[in-house]
Amino acid sequence: MRPNDRRYSETHEWAKPEPGSYLVGITDFAVEQLGDLTFLKLPPVGRKLRQGEAFGEIESVKAVSELYAPVAGTVLEVNAAAPDALELVRQDPFAAGWFLRIRAESGDGGYGKLLAADAYEKTLGAH
Amino acid sequence: MNESPLAATHARLGARMTAFGGWRMPVQYGPILEEASAVRSAAGLFDLCHMGRLRIRGGDALLLADRVLTNDVAPMKPGEARYALLCNPDGGVIDDVLVYREPDSLFVVVNAGNRERDVEWIRRHASGLDAKLEDLSEALAMVAIQGPMSARILSPLTDLDLAGLRYYRCARARALDLPDVLLARTGYTGEDGFELFLPVGEAERAFAALLQAGAPHGLKPIGLGARDTLRLEAGMPLYGHEIDETTNPIEAGLAFAVRFTPGKDFVGRKPLEAVAGTGPARRLVGFRSEGPRIPRQGYVLYEEDERLGAVCSGTRSPTLGTNIGTGYVPTAKASPGTRLSLDVHGERVPAEIVPLPFYSRTRKTTR
Repeated sequence: MRPNDRRYSETHEWAKPEPGSYLVGITDFAVEQLGDLTFLKLPPVGRKLRQGEAFGEIESVKAVSELYAPVAGTVLEVNAAAPDALELVRQDPFAAGWFLRIRAESGDGGYGKLLAADAYEKTLGAH
Repeated sequence: MNESPLAATHARLGARMTAFGGWRMPVQYGPILEEASAVRSAAGLFDLCHMGRLRIRGGDALLLADRVLTNDVAPMKPGEARYALLCNPDGGVIDDVLVYREPDSLFVVVNAGNRERDVEWIRRHASGLDAKLEDLSEALAMVAIQGPMSARILSPLTDLDLAGLRYYRCARARALDLPDVLLARTGYTGEDGFELFLPVGEAERAFAALLQAGAPHGLKPIGLGARDTLRLEAGMPLYGHEIDETTNPIEAGLAFAVRFTPGKDFVGRKPLEAVAGTGPARRLVGFRSEGPRIPRQGYVLYEEDERLGAVCSGTRSPTLGTNIGTGYVPTAKASPGTRLSLDVHGERVPAEIVPLPFYSRTRKTTR
């Protein structure tokens, strides 16, 4: 079972509510599907994102994937260590391998529309 | 989707599977770059059951092969293997294949995704000939052992004297407790190694026996991900990347496999002879690129602001420690040392044309 303290997008990002912001990253499933990670590009602090908007790219030896904002808001902070330490993302995608901290500008930024852990896991059933 | 006869083995080994050419095959068992390095330094075991395995029999088998293939097949002696292309009437590449000459027939290994097209194409050209094409892909399994330790691992498992089996030679022999295995000293990695053809029902047992015998020598199962990296380092084309029906073998650097032998007429000969005469307008080149981002198929190559062509294949090369790729550029721009830039999602990355192949085991230094 994946962590219950957050919600998930069908594109394998997660958003975890924290006081005044959401922490954002990708799931272990996404990391597993990508394979050997080689590159991560994150947006600048201050960038405004719509829910579902591409905010960055992650690459592995065999694949390139866009990263999509699970919630709408402004980028407050990025995990500056992650692009140079992709093993953080590989080994600990739900904590040390986080990508962004986003502050919702209005309401919950669409958080309520995301999937709970059990519903997200059902979407993985085919894999 | 076809399942490999080794599917249960891959599940047991924890492989990540992918769809390739209509088959579900292992892409990796562990990190791709580590798998590639294992093949360069020791040995790797590959499931190649997705490859098409065809046999041409009959009194006109050689004649049929020489009608549809660019290389000379008739002069081949039993026990020889040769690389060749199947071209369309315009000289575009339908497939690239390996032909193994056996005493009574020709054995042809083709790409998974092209198998049905190849079978139909070869059969269509067999009219009026005493030649019959059989598709043995579901009856025979194909595995490869590749890497410097391959001969040492395989030797105790076969009656064949492997020292007497030279590169691009094949033989039938007792191997892996089977009475009649076709063993070929061929491969797609740039290393010494062997490709083995055996009954599908024996595939799991044979694969396990090889893995067990090879483990003390560093033999590891290797997926298609590392196989792609290895073949690219060795400068070998992959159908759908370096070659397809819009490319010809001359511009792809495969003129060695196109023989304009007098008295022989093969499909595509005339246009290819014309290209060979004038020289191709563009050429496949290898390049290295800087930075963390791997070149991918379709990325555009520039010289300053002039668009030269597009990337065919790219990878991180564990052997060279850099990114490498291939692409077509105008012949005038194809010299090693030419500085290019690569458009990676809007970002320009410096690149430089280098000689192909990127890696040769007989020339250990990189040029």
